[in-house]
Amino acid sequence: MLEKVLKGNKVYWGWLAILLALMAVGAVCYGKQLVNGLTITGMSRDVSWGFYIAQFTFLVGVAASAVMMVIPKYLHDYKAYGKILIFGEFNAVAMVCLCLMFIIADLGSPQRLMNIIIHPTPNSMLFWDMIVLNGYLLINIFVGWITLQAYRKEVAPPQWIKFFIYLSIPWAVSIHTVTAFLYCGLPGRGYWMDAILASRFLASAFAAGPAFLIILLYIVKATTSFDPGKEALKSLGKTIAYAMSINLFLVLCEVFTVNYSNIPSHLHHWHYLFFGDGVLVPWMWTSMSMCFVGVLILIVPSNRESDNMLIFGCLFVFIGAWIDKGLGMIGGGFVPNALMEITEYVPTQLELGVALGIYAAGFLILTMLTKIAVGVKLEVGE
Amino acid sequence: MKNTRRKFLKVAGLAVLGWSMRPASRLMAAHGAQSAEGLFMASKHGAPKHGEGLHAGRWIMLIDTNKLTPAIEQKCINACHTNHNVPDIETKQNIKWIWAEPLHNVFPEQMHENIPGGTERTTLVLCNHCTNPPCVRVCPTKATFQREDGIVMMDFHRCIGCRYCMAACPYGSRSFNFMDPRPHIKDAIPEFPTRTKGVVEKCEFCSERLAEGKLPYCVEVSEGAMMFGDLEDPESEVRKVLASRYSIRRKPELGTEPGVYYLI
Repeated sequence: MLEKVLKGNKVYWGWLAILLALMAVGAVCYGKQLVNGLTITGMSRDVSWGFYIAQFTFLVGVAASAVMMVIPKYLHDYKAYGKILIFGEFNAVAMVCLCLMFIIADLGSPQRLMNIIIHPTPNSMLFWDMIVLNGYLLINIFVGWITLQAYRKEVAPPQWIKFFIYLSIPWAVSIHTVTAFLYCGLPGRGYWMDAILASRFLASAFAAGPAFLIILLYIVKATTSFDPGKEALKSLGKTIAYAMSINLFLVLCEVFTVNYSNIPSHLHHWHYLFFGDGVLVPWMWTSMSMCFVGVLILIVPSNRESDNMLIFGCLFVFIGAWIDKGLGMIGGGFVPNALMEITEYVPTQLELGVALGIYAAGFLILTMLTKIAVGVKLEVGE
Repeated sequence: MKNTRRKFLKVAGLAVLGWSMRPASRLMAAHGAQSAEGLFMASKHGAPKHGEGLHAGRWIMLIDTNKLTPAIEQKCINACHTNHNVPDIETKQNIKWIWAEPLHNVFPEQMHENIPGGTERTTLVLCNHCTNPPCVRVCPTKATFQREDGIVMMDFHRCIGCRYCMAACPYGSRSFNFMDPRPHIKDAIPEFPTRTKGVVEKCEFCSERLAEGKLPYCVEVSEGAMMFGDLEDPESEVRKVLASRYSIRRKPELGTEPGVYYLI
C-alpha cells in the first residue's frame, strides 16, 4: 500500500514540499539547540518545562481520541464510523510520533535517551509514559495497517485483530491518564495537584481530538473525491459537544474548590492565569471563551447539519483546548514557583522554530498515512 | 531455502529479544538479592560506611536564622559555589546550590509579618536532602538517588536532562545547565568536576568533603550559624540543639521530611 504515497497531484507534492521546507527550518533551529543547549529556549530555572512539553501534553490527547470512534464502531456496531475509522487510527500514529519528537526535543542530553531503557525505573511516571506511548503507537500502526489491507483485498479482517482493537480502548485512556499522572503526583505544584486532572485531560482530549479529525476529513473531502459521509461527521460533532461540556464542568469544579477553600498554594496559580498581570491572562480568557462558544455552536443539532457551522465549532473547540493545554497547563503549573515568586515564560523564536519543524514532520507522517488510506478507499471504490 | 531463512530469522529475532531483556532482568535480580526494597521504592545506593571520613545514620543540617547575617550568607554562598565550580550566570537560567531568600518566600505558609525582625529578613536555602525525596521518585534513570545516610546525590553522567526532578522538587532547589557552564566559571577548581550542558545539578551536602572527614564548606565558614550532624545519634550536637531550640522545616505538610532544620 506504500506505493500510494508516491502518486499524487500538484497540490499533494506542493504540500509535501512546504512541510519538508518547514522541517528543514526546524532542523536548523534544533541544530542550534544541540550546539548551544536549551539556553536558546525561553525556559528558566523557575519555568523548567515549556512549549515542547506542553505540545506533547496536548497532542497525547489528540492521539487518544481515536477511541471515540473505536468504541461506537466495535462495541455498539455503529456503522457510520466504519468508513473513517482508519483516519482516526492513522491520526493517532502521527500524533504519538509528534509526542515522542517533542519529548526528545525537550531533553537536555538527548544522546543519553536510551538511559530510560538501560536503567528502567518503574517509580518514575516518565518510564510508564514511554511504555504506554510506544505501545499505543504500535497498536495503531498494527490495527490500522491490517484492517486497511483486509479492506483492500475485500475480505474481512482476521478475527485475532479484534483483540488489539479492544486493547486499544483502555490503552488510549491510559496514555492520557499516565500523562496527567506526570503532573498531578507532584507535591508542591498546586495547579496540577488535583485528582480530576486525568479526567479533565481525557474530556478535553475527546473534544479536541475529534475536532481535529473533522477538520482533517473536510480537507480530505475538499482535496480528493473521497466522501467521509455526513452522518459520521455529525456524530463526531455530537461527541465533541458532550466531551467539551464535561471538560468545562470539570474546570468549574476546580474553580469552585480552589476559590472557596481559599488555599493560597492552589489559588495563586489560578490568580496568575486569569487575573494577574501575567502574559497568559488574555490567552486563558480567549481559551475559555472559545471552548464555551464551541460548545454552544455544536450543542445545537441544526448547527451540526451545516458544514460551515460544524467546521467553525470544531475550530473554536480545538484552538480553545490547545491554548488551555498547549500554553496554560505548563505555564500555570510553574508560576508562581516553589518560593512564590513569579518568573514569566515566553517561548523564543528558535524554540518555536523547533516546534514548527516537529509539527511539520508530524503532519508529513499524517499526510502520507492519510494519502494511503484515501488511495485504498478510492481504489476499492467508496 | 525459504524454510531455513525463516528459521534463521526466528532464532535471530528471539536472540535479539533475549539479549535486549538481559539488562532489565539483571537489575531486578540485583534489587531482590541486595535489599528488601521493592521496585517501586525510591532507589537507594550505599554510602561508604567503613574507612576514613565522616559517617552518619542520617545527615542533617541546622540553620540558625538568628545568627545568619547577609555577610555570613554571602560567605557561605561563595565558599560553596567557588569550590563546586558553580557557574556565575546572570540570567534566569542561572545555577544556584545555596542562596539567600526572604523568610516569607522560604516559609510561605508558616510566616506572618509580625515575627521578630519581620519576614523580609533572609536566610539560606539549599537542597533539603529529604527523607522522601520527590525528585528521586520521579527520575526516570536513577540519575538522582538517595544514599543510606540520607544524602540525595546526582550522577551527572547518567542524567538525560528531562528536568522532571525540577518539576517535582517543592523547594526549587535544583538547577539545570541550559548552556555549557564552563565559560562562566572564573577559576575552575580541579578537585571538583565541572558539569556539561544538559544536566541537572544541586547541593550534595558536600559528600566529597565528608569522605575526607571534613564538614560542608558552608558550615565551615558560617561562624556557628550552621551545624551538621547525625540525626540518628542521640548524643550528637545537632540532636541536643534540636531538643533545646524551636525549629521548623520547609513545607512539612508535603511529607518530604526535609533534612535541613531552621532554628527560629
